[in-house]
Amino acid sequence: MKDVEGVELAIFIAVFAVVTVVGFAAARWRRGQTLMHLDEWGLGGRGFGTFVTWFLLGGDLYTAYTFVAVPSAVFAGGAMGFWAVPYGAIAYPIVFLVGPRLWSVAHRHGYVTAADFVRGRFGSKSLGLAVALTGILAMMPYIALQLVGIQAVLTVMGVTGSGWAKDLPLFIAFGLLAAYTYTSGLRAPALISFVKDALIYLVIIVAVVYIPTRLGGWDSIFGTAETALARPNPATGKPAGSLFTNDMTHWAYGTLALGSSLALFIYPHTVTGALAAGRRDVIRRNAALLPAYSLLLGLLALLGYMALAHPGTVAAVKAAGNPQLAVPELFEQVFPSWFAGLAFAAIGVGALVPAAIMSIAASNLFTRNVYAAFLRPDATPEEETRVSQLVSLLVKLGALVFVLGFDKSLAINLQLLGGIWVVQTFPAIAIGLFTRWPHRWALLAGWAAGMAYGTMTAYGTSSPTQRHFGSPLDDIPFVGHTGYIALTAFALNMVVVVAVTLLLRAVRAPEGQDETNPDDYLADADPAPAAPDDPGRSLTGRPV
Amino acid sequence: MSDTSPARVTAARKAAAGVLLAAPFLVYLAVPSYAKESPRLAGFPFFYWWQLLWVLLTAVCIGGAHLLTRRRGGAR
Repeated sequence: MKDVEGVELAIFIAVFAVVTVVGFAAARWRRGQTLMHLDEWGLGGRGFGTFVTWFLLGGDLYTAYTFVAVPSAVFAGGAMGFWAVPYGAIAYPIVFLVGPRLWSVAHRHGYVTAADFVRGRFGSKSLGLAVALTGILAMMPYIALQLVGIQAVLTVMGVTGSGWAKDLPLFIAFGLLAAYTYTSGLRAPALISFVKDALIYLVIIVAVVYIPTRLGGWDSIFGTAETALARPNPATGKPAGSLFTNDMTHWAYGTLALGSSLALFIYPHTVTGALAAGRRDVIRRNAALLPAYSLLLGLLALLGYMALAHPGTVAAVKAAGNPQLAVPELFEQVFPSWFAGLAFAAIGVGALVPAAIMSIAASNLFTRNVYAAFLRPDATPEEETRVSQLVSLLVKLGALVFVLGFDKSLAINLQLLGGIWVVQTFPAIAIGLFTRWPHRWALLAGWAAGMAYGTMTAYGTSSPTQRHFGSPLDDIPFVGHTGYIALTAFALNMVVVVAVTLLLRAVRAPEGQDETNPDDYLADADPAPAAPDDPGRSLTGRPV
Repeated sequence: MSDTSPARVTAARKAAAGVLLAAPFLVYLAVPSYAKESPRLAGFPFFYWWQLLWVLLTAVCIGGAHLLTRRRGGAR
C-alpha cells in the first residue's frame, strides 16, 4: 500500500467543496415559483438555452466511463477501444433528426420522460411501463460505473484502507451528491457542469500537448504502443491488440459504433437533458455543437497509448492488476502533484454530474410511468416531485450496492448490457416520433424479443476472467462475423415489430388512442419570456 | 405553416440535408477503408487522424443540415 498523496488530496477535496456549494446554491439559480413541480425539480424549469444545454448534455454523455474506461480499453486492446470516436460522431445526426421532434411533442403535452411520450403516442400504459423499466434498469449499472471512476482516482491518490474505511470517501462523495440533487434537482448538475467542463478541457489540452513532449512525440507514442500491443498475452498466447482493426474486427468496430449511437439519445439521462431545453432550436444547434466533445473523447482515448508508452505507468497498472488505473496513474507519474490533483478532481466531478442527472432521470421515469400511471393516477405535481426526490435517493443507494457488491469488471460489462437493453426501446421512441405505423402490441412483442435475445446472448458470452456477461460481442446470425449484440437484438426487434404489426392489422386489433397531432412534432415555445421578478419559493423550512 | 418563401423548407433543401446527415454514417461504417497506417499526419497513423477529422466534419454536416432546414421567420 502506498502513502496518501497530500497535495493531490487537498486539491481534490477543495474542488469537491466548491462543487458542493455550487450544487446547493443551484436551487436559487433561475428558479421558478416553486421547486415542487417535476418541470422544475426534474427538468430545471424547461428553460435552458443553447449554452447551458451544451454543458448539461456534454456533462451527461461524457462521463467517468469515458474518461477512465475508454482510454483503458485503448490501453488494453488498441484500435478496438477507439470505436467510441465513430460512436460519438454518428450519434449526432440521429440526435438532430429525433431530438427536436421529441422536444416539441413533449413541450406541447408536458411530457417529462420518453415513456410519457410512448404512452401518449400509442395509447398504451403497458408500453410506457416497458420503456420506463428498461430505462431504470439501464441506469443502475451506469451510475455504479461513475463510482468505479471515483474509486480509481481515489486508489491512485493512495486513499485506500481496509474494510469500512476503504469505502468511506466514496460514501461521503455520494452523500453530498445525494443531498444537493435532492434539494436542487436538475439545476445542480447543470450548474456544476460548467466547473466540470472547464476543468476537463484544461486537463485534456495540457495532457495532449505536454505528455507527448515527455514521451518523444506522437510518432514514438504510436510506435511504442504498437510494439507493446503486439506482445503476446501470457494468458491467451495471442497479441493484446493492434493499432488498426483487421478483417476479424471490422464488423465489431462498426456495429459497436452504430449500436451505441442508436442508444445515445434514448438513454433516460439524455432525454432529461434535452427536455430541459427552452426552445426547439436549442436541440438542433446542440446536435451540431456537441461533437466538439467527441473530439475531446478521441484525444482522451489516445491517452491510453500514452500510458502504454510510459514504462512507469505500465508497471504500476500491471502491479495493481486494474487497467482502469491507466490514465490516473499516467497523470500521477507525469504531472506535478498540484496539477495531478486538479486532473483527479476533474475526473471525480466528471463522475458526479452524470450520476446526478442519471438518478434524476431514473426517478422521473419511476414517478411518471410507474407511480402516477399505475399507483396514484391523481397525484399532484407536488406529490410527484416528492416521490421523485425520494426515489433519486433510492436509485443512488441501489448503485452503491451495485458497486460494492459486484466485481468491477462485471460492472463494466453490465454497462454494455445497459446499451443492449436501451436500444430495444428505439422503435417505440425514435421510430414512434416519425410514424404510428407500428402497432402498440407489436412494439411490445419486439421489445420483449429483443430484450430476451440480447440478455440471453450476453449472458452466454464468457471471457478469460468471467463465465457470463464476458463480452458485448457475439456472432451475428447469417452474417458470419462478430458484432455488438445490441444491434443484432435490435434487428430481431424490428423484424418482430413489422411481422406482428401486419398480423394485428389483418385481424383488426384495437389501435389505441393517439393523443398527439402531426403539428405537435414541429411546435416551438412561445416567445414570451417568464416574468424576471418572480419571487420564487422560500428555500427554508423544507425537510432535507 | 406560413407560405412566405423563407419559412418554407423546399424538397431540394431537405434532400441536401439528408445527404449531409447520411455522409458520416457512410464514412465511419466503411471501416476497412480507413483501417491502415499511411498516409501519416503529424505522427498520427491514417486510422486516427481520419476519424478525428471526421468528428469535425460531422459537426459541419449537421450544422449545414440545420441551416438548410431552418424555418426562418415562420411562426414555428
